[in-house]
Amino acid sequence: MNALFIDNLHKTYHGGHVALKGISLEVNKGDFFALLGPNGAGKSTTIGIICSLVNKTSGTVEVFNNNIDVDIQTAKSHIGLVPQEYNFNVFEPIEEILINQAGFYGISGNVARQRAEYYLKKLELWDKRRQIPKELSGGMKRRLMIARALVHQPDLLILDEPTAGVDIELRRTMWQFLRDINADGVTIILTTHYLEEAEMLCNNIAIINDGEIIENTSMKALLAKLNKETFVLYVDGNLERLPSSEDYALRCVDENTIEAEVIKGQSLNLLFEMLTRHKINILSMRNKSNRLEELYVALVNKT
Amino acid sequence: MTLYFVIFGKLIGSQISKIDGFEYIEYIVPGLILMSVITNSYANVVSSFFSAKFQRHIEELLISPTPNYIILIGFVAGGVLRGLVVGSVVTIVSFVFVDLQVHSITVTLLVLILTSILFSLAGFVNAIYARSFDDVAVIPSFILTPLTYLGGVFYTVSMLPEIWQSISLANPILYMVNAFRFGLLGVSDIDVTLAFTIVILFTVALFSFCLYLLNKGVGIRT
Repeated sequence: MNALFIDNLHKTYHGGHVALKGISLEVNKGDFFALLGPNGAGKSTTIGIICSLVNKTSGTVEVFNNNIDVDIQTAKSHIGLVPQEYNFNVFEPIEEILINQAGFYGISGNVARQRAEYYLKKLELWDKRRQIPKELSGGMKRRLMIARALVHQPDLLILDEPTAGVDIELRRTMWQFLRDINADGVTIILTTHYLEEAEMLCNNIAIINDGEIIENTSMKALLAKLNKETFVLYVDGNLERLPSSEDYALRCVDENTIEAEVIKGQSLNLLFEMLTRHKINILSMRNKSNRLEELYVALVNKT
Repeated sequence: MTLYFVIFGKLIGSQISKIDGFEYIEYIVPGLILMSVITNSYANVVSSFFSAKFQRHIEELLISPTPNYIILIGFVAGGVLRGLVVGSVVTIVSFVFVDLQVHSITVTLLVLILTSILFSLAGFVNAIYARSFDDVAVIPSFILTPLTYLGGVFYTVSMLPEIWQSISLANPILYMVNAFRFGLLGVSDIDVTLAFTIVILFTVALFSFCLYLLNKGVGIRT
């Protein structure tokens, strides 16, 4: 079953800006789906249309088989949205924000209070429940938006850059939380500019650029397209000169650092053996850039 | 509002002869009560809906399955409640100055409720189209207040030259003020049935228009 089905979706804003040029997309139930693209590519417009914050020009959108043109209320009842920008009532205590949000979905006061308590505790905001949003830190506000999006227990959670501006420790906590709710059966669509986040969390991916889908596949299939990887090797002692190699493109960054390009299928063991033969002792290594990032940049630049 | 009673009712009113058999201060009380209902119902909805748009927490409602007519009724209910509360307070204040008798409680309450609904809806339209805080202030300052003052709050239209009497008939507030005055004092410049018909027609038309704007997403969806 599709959690989300989009067919030939077009959006032209007043003034003539074409944001979406007929995109089509399917997200399976239970999926953790990445929707990536540069700024202004059309990600937020797509999300806005799915959540009825933006009017589409033409095309079809179905949420759990409910066409938004036919039964918008049922379609909306399945969705939870964590928007890119904070959009709280600044005068409302955070517990009330959650209770009211539940009320908008027809959830009774008692159940709403229980759920507000559950999600505020789960996201470590219970102690702040009487405070208003402007008294919270940036990370707390992000967590509050996630709690608010979950309070009606949606089947499809859409996260529009949920970890933007969040410190790494909190980001990791949020990743684990998202993995847990996905494991509980919630379909998640994630947009982010942190590509390692998408690579780590998502099993399917679509890349949108200039209003068009330029890639739509599984994360595994996409990463398999990577033809070469660049590794940064940190070596012991002062490197006087690089060994010449026909198999690997090596570059000396400084006296302790080498960059090595490894073509798909080449063995890293052979590279290490060659360097060992030249008495170069490798202390540590890392990818020069995230694998998804390399592919993403190549794809976006190609179009 | 107390200043209106003191200045227009006591100080100036004492120099004016009776109108339709009532002291001037008694004559203007219904208009003053209704004026407070109009301005407060309008202000409540225009400020709360525009503020929700401005802070973007209107999105909480828009992404939810709450039907648009419920959203509209919710905002209007807030405006009506504030209008009625303020109207009640002004009525209590008026007891200090006049011994108010109610001619028809049914007409009085119906006009109060219909007027507050109508101006809550008008405030909603203003908020939908408003793009800045200036837009929120322009309509009350330049349209609502003049229409209220020219709606027979402080005078009977029979005092006006004939041409201005005809022009006044195009002002919907005139019908509300006179219907309300009929409810409290039993006198009116306008036929009360006609006044109710016009107010109800305006209310239905504005409700339909607001719903149309919400369904189209005017001012709230791109």
